[in-house]
Amino acid sequence: MPQQLPIQEGLFTWPALHPQLLGSRCRLCGEMAFPAQQDCRSCSGQDTELVELGDRGTLWTWTIQSFMPKTPYHSDETPETFRPYGVGYVEMPGGLRVESRLQENTPEELQIGMPMQLQIEPFRTDEHGNQLMNFSFRRAAEGN
Amino acid sequence: MDVAIIGIGLHRFGRSEGMTGQQQGAAAVRKALADAGVDWKQMQFAYGGSQDAGNADALVNELGLTGLQFTNIWNGCATGGSSLHAAYTAIKSGEYDMGVVVGFDKHPRGAFNPQPRDWGLGDWYGETGLMLTTQFFAMKIQRYMHDYGITNDALVRVAEKAFLAGSLNPMAWRTTALSYEEIANSMMVSDPLRKYMFCSPAEGGAALVLCSAEKAKQFTSKPLYIKAAAVRSRHYGSFEVFSPSQAPSVNDSPTVIASRAAFELAGIGPRDVDVLQLQDTDSGTEIIHMAENGFCEHGEQEKLLREGATRIDGPMPVNTDGGCLANGEPVGASGLRQVYEVCVQLRGDGGARQVPGAPAVGYTHVYGAPGISGVNIITT
Repeated sequence: MPQQLPIQEGLFTWPALHPQLLGSRCRLCGEMAFPAQQDCRSCSGQDTELVELGDRGTLWTWTIQSFMPKTPYHSDETPETFRPYGVGYVEMPGGLRVESRLQENTPEELQIGMPMQLQIEPFRTDEHGNQLMNFSFRRAAEGN
Repeated sequence: MDVAIIGIGLHRFGRSEGMTGQQQGAAAVRKALADAGVDWKQMQFAYGGSQDAGNADALVNELGLTGLQFTNIWNGCATGGSSLHAAYTAIKSGEYDMGVVVGFDKHPRGAFNPQPRDWGLGDWYGETGLMLTTQFFAMKIQRYMHDYGITNDALVRVAEKAFLAGSLNPMAWRTTALSYEEIANSMMVSDPLRKYMFCSPAEGGAALVLCSAEKAKQFTSKPLYIKAAAVRSRHYGSFEVFSPSQAPSVNDSPTVIASRAAFELAGIGPRDVDVLQLQDTDSGTEIIHMAENGFCEHGEQEKLLREGATRIDGPMPVNTDGGCLANGEPVGASGLRQVYEVCVQLRGDGGARQVPGAPAVGYTHVYGAPGISGVNIITT
């Protein structure tokens, strides 16, 4: 029976009604990382814990991927069906900036500082017919 | 022991159909040896590397099996800078007094396609379309423009300057000057960077013959001296390519720390430099690197570019051979091409692109994934 599976375990809570990005926080120095890692890249400590990074942030920088990347890019698209996508860093509560695909894909829709909302959506279908779910961000409704 | 450059060689960048990358590297070595008037058999050591064209030590099959110490170096776009640093250290320490550094490459057409696992990242990062250097450079300059008030005009002017310099350099790949409008209206690749604002993967080779300063005069009346060579990796908090997340705190980039270390070693400052090469993977990085290397304040670039300060006849000429934009990017070779060009300028052999006023101090800077910088300071 085909299922919806995360493209990689541990990037976000799934399945979940209100998915959150997952990361790690160092118990010694407090620095955070995404994806979660066992070692701390700031203080070289080895005592980190898994934490939820949240599902809202603000756009720190962005660009638009206008051509279909070569491998290792692996989607269901063909050069004919490829749709340009936004890429950005989203600043999460606590300050960590996470790189992500963005739903918006024109310069008119993207401004540094705009509020962003996490969303989890199907990215491609694997060889067993499962939908592989990926995270991305889109503009959040103000005050939401 | 001071270190001198006595020979320089370049196999033209661009496309060399019918030649392997290693053959292009060997051709550059032969030119550097001829320039120095020395023989391969006299070389005591060699350092070299390529990304996509195989092992550098295989060049001995072409150049001769002499038993020399040959060490392969691979350090991303900073491969050339790292090779030169290793050779500089070998001579400075007194262990050797003459050797070669060589860089070469031959990349397939189109954008680079690095594999996540080679960089300690999960497959998902590449599969979902985040593993592109072009995206990083675009996002870095996008934020920089926002923070420091740089506009698209500056991006166009960097490319315009590069292709003008390329048109004056018979060894460049792109030898046609492009107009402001052609660049400003070229295809958008990764907002805000357009087609002519990015360098392209290419082919080529570059080599240098180094020897101890005390022996240099035996070979040439015009030796050049390496006053500093510094290579640094990233600190926690610098914004680097292939980073799924960035730290909340902001720290100096590897370029800032490599540059500072090199100036300290050489005992001079940015104002003493007459001709410089700054890594210009794209227009945006040249702008950022002007400030990160200490040649101006952040945000000052817009005005400097408008005034033509970084053109060949300006007070701080940058990338006088057309840089990566006009020469393309054979990753293993680019860092040594920069040194080659600075040597040409310091010797006064620049022809149509010669910096006026007999430049005496040259500076080179490479930046490579995932956050490595190499800086060299070379003097007459």
